[in-house]
Amino acid sequence: MIPILIYVAIFIAAFFAVKLVTAGTQRHDFTSLKTVTFGDESAVVSDRKASIISIVAIFALWGAFTGSALLPGFLHAPGPFVGEGTFTYTVETSDGERDDATVTVVVHPADAPADAPEVAPGDGFAKDDSVAIAAYRSQLARLDKNDEIGRGEGARIVAVNGESIEPGGVVQTDFARVAMSQRGTLNIEPDKGWQMEPIWLPAPENVGSRLAEIITDGFRNYTLWEHLGFSLFRVIAGFVLGSLVGIPLGYAMGLSNWFRGWFDPIVEFMRPVPPLALIPLVIIWAGIGEGGKIILLFLAALWIMAIAARSGVSGVNISKVHAAYSLGASKWQLMRHVIIPNSLPEIFTGARVAMGVCWGTVVAAELVAAEKGAGMMIMVASRFQNTDIVIMGIILIGVIGFGIDILMRWAERVLVPWKGRS
Amino acid sequence: MRFDLPNGTSVQALKDVSLHLKEGELMSVLGPSGCGKTTLLNIVAGFLAPTEGQIVMNGHTVSGPDAERGMVFQRGALFEWMSVRENVSFGPRMKGQREAQYGAEVDHLLDIVGLQDFKEKAIYELSGGMQQRVALARCLANDPDVILMDEPLGALDALTREKMQSLVLKLWKETGKTIILITHSVEEALLLGERLLVMAPRPGRIHKEYRLPFADMGVGQDLRDVKKHPEFATNREEILGMIWDMEEEIMGRTEAAQ
Repeated sequence: MIPILIYVAIFIAAFFAVKLVTAGTQRHDFTSLKTVTFGDESAVVSDRKASIISIVAIFALWGAFTGSALLPGFLHAPGPFVGEGTFTYTVETSDGERDDATVTVVVHPADAPADAPEVAPGDGFAKDDSVAIAAYRSQLARLDKNDEIGRGEGARIVAVNGESIEPGGVVQTDFARVAMSQRGTLNIEPDKGWQMEPIWLPAPENVGSRLAEIITDGFRNYTLWEHLGFSLFRVIAGFVLGSLVGIPLGYAMGLSNWFRGWFDPIVEFMRPVPPLALIPLVIIWAGIGEGGKIILLFLAALWIMAIAARSGVSGVNISKVHAAYSLGASKWQLMRHVIIPNSLPEIFTGARVAMGVCWGTVVAAELVAAEKGAGMMIMVASRFQNTDIVIMGIILIGVIGFGIDILMRWAERVLVPWKGRS
Repeated sequence: MRFDLPNGTSVQALKDVSLHLKEGELMSVLGPSGCGKTTLLNIVAGFLAPTEGQIVMNGHTVSGPDAERGMVFQRGALFEWMSVRENVSFGPRMKGQREAQYGAEVDHLLDIVGLQDFKEKAIYELSGGMQQRVALARCLANDPDVILMDEPLGALDALTREKMQSLVLKLWKETGKTIILITHSVEEALLLGERLLVMAPRPGRIHKEYRLPFADMGVGQDLRDVKKHPEFATNREEILGMIWDMEEEIMGRTEAAQ
C-alpha cells in the first residue's frame, strides 16, 4: 500500500514540478493554439518528459524498497532492524514469586551469520539469555530453559519490558515485536522495515549482476543466447508455418464459397480457443520437445493469419476488382496484382497480433515443460527461489516482445506505405 | 433486368432499355437515384448478366468484363500499391507488353492529363482531381473501344469538376472513343452529352432522349461560355423539372405505402 501511495505522490509531484520548470518555455506550434484540448484526441500528445520520469520512478521505487546500492542511502525505505537489541521479561513462579531477566538479541543480515553473544546469567532464578536472528526472520525462544525454575516447574512469563503479556498477546519493543504462543513461549520478530526481502524482490543491481553472470556462464547447460534464441526460433518457425498455411487458407476462404463454407466453422471454433489450452493436448500428442512447441505455435498463428488474409480479401474494394478485369487482367493477374497487395495491410496487422500471441504462448509452453528457453529459465529459477533470475527473465521477455513489435511495425511502414491512406 | 431479394420479392431494376450507340458517340445518362443507371452501366461493362435481352458489341455478345470496354469509377479504383505510371501502364502490362512497347504511349497520356511531373508519385500523394486524371489515363492506355464512366467527377469539388469536364471533352475529341457517362449533375450531363438519356425509376426505363450540340461546342470553347447559350438554360430547366416530378412521384409513393 505504501509504495502505491508513494508512486501516486511521485506522479502528482512530477507533474507539478515539470509544469513549474517548463512554465516559460511553451512551444508555439499549432496545437498550443487550440483552446479545446479536453476531448480532442489529436491534441493529446504523449509527454516525453512524463515517460522518462515514469521509467526513472519505477527504478527508483524498486531501488528504494530493496535498499539498492545504486541509490543514495537517504532515499532508501527503512530497512529491517539489524544490530543488537534487548528486552526484559518477567517470570512468575507458581508461588507468585517474580524475577526479571534480560534477553540480548543480535539481528544479523542473512548473508553474514553471527552467533548469539555470551551473556552473564545475572542474578535471581530467571537467567539472562541471548538470541541470534537473521534479518526478516523470527524465532521462538525457550527463554526459561536456563532458568532455575522453568516452565516444567510451573513458572510462566507474565510480562515483557514491564508490560504484562498472556498467551496470544503481543508486546512491541523498540526493535522487535514479541508475541507469546499459546503454550507460553516468546516469539521474537525483529522489525522488518519497509524494504522487500531479496527473496521477494532483489535490488536492481543484483538483477544486473546476475544477468552478467548468466551471459558469461550460461544457465543450466545453455548460454543465455541459446535460451532466448531457442524461444525466438520456436516463435519464428511456428509463425512462418502458420502463415504458410493460414494465408493461402484465408485467401481461399475469401475467394471460394466452398472453401469458406468448409473452413468457417473450423476457424470460428478454433479462434477463440486460447493456445494455452492446447498445451496439454499437444504435450500428450507430440511430447515436450521442439516438435510439440512448434505445433502449438503453428496452431496459435494459423487461425489469426487465416482470418487476417480472409478479411484482407473481403476488404478489396469491388471497383478495384472491376477495374482490373476491365483492363484485361486474368484471374491469376488479379490475384497477383490486386488481391495480394490489397490484403497486405490486413496481413501485417494479423502478423503483428500473431507474433505477440506466439511469443506469449512460447513462454507459457516453456513454463510447463522445456529443456531450454526463456520460459524454462524463469520457471526453473523460481523453483530455486532465484528471484533475481526470474525478474531478469521477465525483463528480457518483455524487451524481446517489444523488439518484435517494433520490428514488425518498421517492416509494415517499409513494405506497406499505402496502409490507411487509400 | 430483374433480381430476387432475400425476402422473396424481386426488383425490376431495368425494363425495356434499348439503345444503339454509334462509334465515337458521347452519351450521358441522367436520372434520379435508384433509376438503374449504375445497373445499366454494370450490364454494359459485363459485371452483371442481364435477365432478358443482350448487349452486342463489335458483332459479339457481351458476357463478361473485357479490355474492349474500359471503366472509370467514381473513386477508389486506383491501385495504391503502384505508382502513377504503374497504374497507367496496368492494362498494357497485363497483356504482357514490355516497357519498350507501352512506355511512349503511357508517357504521352500522362502528358495529356497533365501529370507529367507526378509519374513516380504514389497514388495517395495525389489530390482527388489528380487521381481521377490517373484513372482516365489508365483507361485510355488500354485503348478500349468504349469507355464507361460511372459518375467519374462525382467526388470532386465544383471547381476541379469544371476543369475535368473540359479534359473529358478534350480526350473524347482527340481519341474519338465512344463514351457512356453516368452523372447526377444536370449541367454535366448537358455539357458532356452528345446524346443525353434521362431515365425514370421503378422500373428503370428510358424516359426521354436528347441530342445536344453543347459537347461539340465545348470542345473548342470555354465551358462557361457554353453554359451561357440560351438553349442550355431551357434544356436544363426542362430536365430539372422532369427529374423533380420523378422525385416527387417516388416520395409520394413511399408516403402512400406508409
